[in-house]
Amino acid sequence: MAQSSLIEVEDLRVYFPTITGLAAYFREQKYVRAVDEISFSISRGEIFSLVGESGCGKTSTGLATLKLLDEVEGSVRFDGVEILELNGARMRKMRERIQMIFQDPYESLNPRMNVEQIVSEPLKIHGRDFDLGRIRTALKEANLAPDRFLEKYPYELSGGERQRVAIAAALILEPEFLVLDEPVSNLDVSIKAEVLNLFLDLKEELGLTYLFITHDLADTFYLSDDIAVMYLGKIVESGGKDMIKENPLHPYTKALLSVVPTPGTGDGEEKIILEGDVPDPIDLPSGCRFNPRCPQKIGPICEEKSPEPKEIEKGHLVACHLYDD
Amino acid sequence: MVLIEVFKGSVFGKLGLITLAFFVLVALIGPYIAPYDPWKTGSSADEILSSPTFSHPLGTDELGRDILSQIIYGARISLLVGFASASIAMVVGTTIGVLAGYFGGKLDALLMRVVDVFLSMPFLILAIVVVALLGRSLTNIMLAIGLTQWTRTARITRSQTLTVKERVFVLRGRALGATHFYLMTRHILPNVLPLVFANTTLVISLSILSEAFLSFLGLGDPTKFSWGITIRYAFQTGAASMGAWWYFLPAGLCIMVVVLSFTFISNALDEYFNPKLRSKKRMI
Amino acid sequence: MNILEVEGLRVSYSLDGDRHLQAVGGIDFRLGKGEIMGIAGESGCGKTTTVNAIMRILPPSARSEGRIMLEGKDLLSLAEKEMRKVRWGEVSIIFQDAQEALNPIQTVERQIAEPLVVHRGLDKREAVKRARELLELVGVKAERGSDYPHQLSGGMKQRGVIAMALACRAKLVIADEPTTALDVMVQAQILNLLRDLQSEYSLSLIYISHNLSVLSELCERITIMYAGDIVEIAPTEELFERPQHPYTIKLLEAIPTIAGSSAGRLATIPGSTPRLVDPEFECRFYDRCSEGTPECLEGVPPLVEVRSDHYAACFKREGIEEKDGSK
Repeated sequence: MAQSSLIEVEDLRVYFPTITGLAAYFREQKYVRAVDEISFSISRGEIFSLVGESGCGKTSTGLATLKLLDEVEGSVRFDGVEILELNGARMRKMRERIQMIFQDPYESLNPRMNVEQIVSEPLKIHGRDFDLGRIRTALKEANLAPDRFLEKYPYELSGGERQRVAIAAALILEPEFLVLDEPVSNLDVSIKAEVLNLFLDLKEELGLTYLFITHDLADTFYLSDDIAVMYLGKIVESGGKDMIKENPLHPYTKALLSVVPTPGTGDGEEKIILEGDVPDPIDLPSGCRFNPRCPQKIGPICEEKSPEPKEIEKGHLVACHLYDD
Repeated sequence: MVLIEVFKGSVFGKLGLITLAFFVLVALIGPYIAPYDPWKTGSSADEILSSPTFSHPLGTDELGRDILSQIIYGARISLLVGFASASIAMVVGTTIGVLAGYFGGKLDALLMRVVDVFLSMPFLILAIVVVALLGRSLTNIMLAIGLTQWTRTARITRSQTLTVKERVFVLRGRALGATHFYLMTRHILPNVLPLVFANTTLVISLSILSEAFLSFLGLGDPTKFSWGITIRYAFQTGAASMGAWWYFLPAGLCIMVVVLSFTFISNALDEYFNPKLRSKKRMI
Repeated sequence: MNILEVEGLRVSYSLDGDRHLQAVGGIDFRLGKGEIMGIAGESGCGKTTTVNAIMRILPPSARSEGRIMLEGKDLLSLAEKEMRKVRWGEVSIIFQDAQEALNPIQTVERQIAEPLVVHRGLDKREAVKRARELLELVGVKAERGSDYPHQLSGGMKQRGVIAMALACRAKLVIADEPTTALDVMVQAQILNLLRDLQSEYSLSLIYISHNLSVLSELCERITIMYAGDIVEIAPTEELFERPQHPYTIKLLEAIPTIAGSSAGRLATIPGSTPRLVDPEFECRFYDRCSEGTPECLEGVPPLVEVRSDHYAACFKREGIEEKDGSK
């Protein structure tokens, strides 16, 4: 893989057991395969997006990368270190370098703590001294005027402001890598633009690397360098943003790109509207996960065999039997 | 001050608070304001079971002892037992509830079975057993009451913990690298405690009632006066059939008023904590 | 022919003491029969309050003034008893959160049938039969009607909610962010469905969304609201090609698109939305506007026609037609 890979994920599996409690001793376990053996890598300074609809496994992937789930198997290497094998204390130390921003700004802050406490909390957790200077710096980096905001409580802040408080708290330990789990999905148009721009600025100023998780394709293309499209626990296509934009290979990718609403009266391009809904991850189709809805289904092979990712052009991979030789 | 805000909107809440404050005050300065030593027996025949007079505003009992003084001294015990046993219940219940809710799994199952065991024990039987084994003292009464009241608190805190645990800011705390202890004390507990406090006022009034009940049955500390004990003596003397209302009525009324005050306070607390949660979600 | 004419609609909420919050500050707009119009704006702009005022489902602390003429009948002047007949019988609403709008302990077909029983006097069996027909109409197999909401996917639930809104063939249908909570593919399906239904049954539809791109897919005309006022109304193509109000212009530049993703930074609007408790004396957008001049503080800019069938509430745009001479 690339030389300056900061994150390397290999054969990641997140299988959630469906039978819990005492019954687990008596019945055969059934799993929801939320993430089913995916691999990708993120270079230092890169913005990598995981994009897909509900249930595709993108959020579980994000949480797995930070070891926030118990049901993770496979390999996640951060700067060469295998995270999934670290013990409690060493993982705690590692968390100074990797942080996460969550989707719901109304839920991700403790309502009983004010901004100063929220932003200084990471210092406390990691045994560092309280440092007002660093807190103020972190707030300024997140475009929040410290004097105005230090004393405020979350209920006094707007959604955009809350997200920026969460960003300040994430930055205070000077991390290298941020996982952004749908950070702007709950925000208004103009606020969203502000926060997306903030992410770009911070990447430049602080040399950050991002894993950006979202269902919004327009946001993905605006922010990212590389994109991976997920469907029912698998990565169906991945590559540089321009490659995917100009030459989408997987039928699912093509369909998604065609239905994204565009402002204005459009370019008249035909929309590929898929039938039905994304199947329940408990009851996965056999073979290629996408085959029941695929407009370019070839034949029985799609129902029998799950396609392996193949590199079609440099850096552009797709998992689809259309590209089998 | 938070207290002022809580009771601002509630007339009954203010009423409850003032009444309770009055009783607490009486309890605290009791010995200084009681006209007589409650143990002091009467000297002459007409001082026995006499109806209220100027010198004995609440009359006397069958031994000529002043009832007003008994009530005042009784307030100290009744309130002390109430608060103390509720505190025991609260601390034990909250600890167990949060631990069970946070860790889940086997620990949760185990602790909840313990709760079930305690819940299945009739309060009275347990109290009798404790007193029979350990003797009739104030501490043992508090213990008996505390041991039965903690289960309700445990259930409530456990279910609240389960809810709070799923909230994103707790997940964020984990992502930051917080230890379990930190998450429980810094994130879960502050969001569980408001519910606990609202519940505690009820626990306190139940404790006061329990103490009265136990004392009435003769399990109370015979070396002290409490409202329940006074009622017991009144009952034993047959005060009701004798028409000596001043003997049993005041104690009963005091219990009722104090419990009612706690109810009003608890309602005011409920009202306070709920609208706050609702108003937190605002439009941008 | 207009099916809805709103004149001077003002909605205020009374707060503690004597303070008021003006959620909607005197707006006028109309909807033609068989037309789909979009109302766009960010949180707090008053779009939901406006449609709730039309349905008269605002909370008791709200006061509405003005006129809401539904085919000549002023809805605000009706007694509650009469309004109840209007609700669903003549004006229906598709709610944003299908999960919340559906009763979890009742089957879907029963819920769709209910307004038919209440408003059209059908007996239960007839109503359920019609409900199943409606489900087929919106793309759900009739058998699923006997399922409970939790047994349906998000997309199917939303279709059920649409069926409910169409049950009584209301004259006016309001859709309040019906696809916001849905995935992009399901959203495309629903938009398609609405488009088909509208053309087949000539629905008069008001569609609310904060997503201008979605509106441009479906609506013929779009209204932009800001801080309780309408700041621009124009046919869709005209709005996107020649936006007039500074807010609209900035808003359009803040929308990321796949095509324009390499074109440079999104625009942002400095400052934040004004507090609606403060009374309105001047242009509410002035503090954040890059084109503001002192003359903008002289009063609240009225909504005037600045180009053909294109209205904007901005002092700087009045008289524009004379300038460039086109009409």
